[in-house]
Amino acid sequence: MIEVTELTKRFGRTTAVDRLTFTVRPGHVTGFLGPNGAGKSTTLRLILGLNDPTGGTATVDGRPFRARSRGLRDVGALLDAGDVHGGRSGAAHLRALARSNAIPAARVEEVLHEVGLTKAAGRRIRGYSLGMRQRLGIAGALLGDPPVLLFDEPLNGLDPEGVLWVRGLFRRLAAEGRTVFVSSHMMAEMEHTADRLVVVGRGRLIADESLTEFAARAGHTDVTVRAAEPDRLAAVLTAAGATVRPGPDGALAVTGPDATRIGELALEHRLLLNSLTTRTASLEEAFMELTADSVEYLAGEPR
Amino acid sequence: MTTPTLTTATPSTGIGAAPRTRLRDLLAAEWIKLWSLRSTAWVLGLSALFVIAANLKSARYTYDHYTVGEGDPTTMLQVALGDSFTVIAADVVMIVAGSVGALAVVGEYASGLIRTTLVAVPDRRAVITAKACVLTVVMLGYGVLTAGVSFVACQAVLADTHIGLSLAHPAALRFVAAAALFAPVCALAGFALGALIRHTAGAVVSTVLVLFFLPAFFNERYRWSADLLHAMPLQAWRRLSQVDLTHTLPVAHPATVAGSWATYAAWALASVAVAVAVVHRRDH
Repeated sequence: MIEVTELTKRFGRTTAVDRLTFTVRPGHVTGFLGPNGAGKSTTLRLILGLNDPTGGTATVDGRPFRARSRGLRDVGALLDAGDVHGGRSGAAHLRALARSNAIPAARVEEVLHEVGLTKAAGRRIRGYSLGMRQRLGIAGALLGDPPVLLFDEPLNGLDPEGVLWVRGLFRRLAAEGRTVFVSSHMMAEMEHTADRLVVVGRGRLIADESLTEFAARAGHTDVTVRAAEPDRLAAVLTAAGATVRPGPDGALAVTGPDATRIGELALEHRLLLNSLTTRTASLEEAFMELTADSVEYLAGEPR
Repeated sequence: MTTPTLTTATPSTGIGAAPRTRLRDLLAAEWIKLWSLRSTAWVLGLSALFVIAANLKSARYTYDHYTVGEGDPTTMLQVALGDSFTVIAADVVMIVAGSVGALAVVGEYASGLIRTTLVAVPDRRAVITAKACVLTVVMLGYGVLTAGVSFVACQAVLADTHIGLSLAHPAALRFVAAAALFAPVCALAGFALGALIRHTAGAVVSTVLVLFFLPAFFNERYRWSADLLHAMPLQAWRRLSQVDLTHTLPVAHPATVAGSWATYAAWALASVAVAVAVVHRRDH
């Protein structure tokens, strides 16, 4: 379990992480979402003790990560696939990591096999593609068979087969009772991977809930109407308290009353409707809207 | 260690229970890291050959130009010693060892590997200590090999001239020890500068500047200047490689042997302390 409480990090006058509080529970894949520059990577570094917080605390299974003398058996992390030395072979990189945590060398072969790098293990990392480096980073995170795993944008550079494999791996790790925390700036990636979400914007918490709750809270619906006399219909709907925006081809986008209510209003005023479609915003749109709000909200504040 | 209440992960693999945390594991990991870079063996091997060859050339010159019986014994003692580890050899060792030391830590920062390392081992002091220990052992081995082989080979060249020495000679032992220890001292100085600067070119250039050019700014005419000069590793090596000062130009404030050994020790210890302190404090 990862517990973050009032976590704050300032770099000079920039506040990268602003009084962030959330909990990441075991048994789930938790997505960590936010636009670029929202403070996701900084938060992960604070959790892993690479950066010291300006205020607040971050603990992993009850104590700060840096309180440990060895990390791999407690937490596996992939922060950046580039955090390796290009001159070493993948196998040597993992052997050194394993040895530092007293993990048997045989485990290196296991994780290499698991991520599908057995054949490339003897080659120098310099020659690896981004996708191969991601796999190597995931192998490193799995070395210590840890109960808590953190991944920062792990899907970058993976081919479609790799993306499917990673999603399956994350779900399996969560099903085994582990805490899996995965950051991304793309809602579409998380939609099929995570069952819980922590959403941040400009370093602040926007949402900490299940994927379904997030969809229900954030996703609004509107109704697209095509009518013979759109202008009259718009006047009627506006009078009834709806928000009406003109859509393409003379259609109207109506927010407020649902499709049934719009049909009733049209009948009362003897207006002919050609079509009536309910549209639910996608998670992607919900995410964009929520984070856009947070940016807008913060932009008015004195820096 | 308390058992976390909410984690239910059951290890599915044979990695075994967490053993006690041992420095030995970190030393082994750093050893793997150092030798899994091909450049390590190449740089150390080729430079060692160059150093030994340069010293042999010097001994050969003496052999070719020395008439047996010439010169007084103390002068020829110094000549025989000087041939087995020349100033050129010392300069090469200084630059190679300093750069290897700087790269041992800059290599982690420039590549970003340091973050992977510190997530695996959050105890930063232990990581840097282990790195410094492995560097010291390897560079001491390099120093002993280059100085030792040079000495034995060069004295063999000079054997016919009757000025060749054996290691049993007290002056010879100090001379070889000073040359052998020069490598790890310079490597640790580079290590500290690497930890401070974290930039490949910047760290290597400043290591060369500090070790090689900084001593040129000082002389032995004034007390303060002599003190600073004697605090430089290069000057310490120069003094330790002199049997005595009877045949050198008299100066106002000459260096002492004990002071020069102290300079070696101070650079080594201070360098490790600086590297440990900066890595421990900084954000990564």
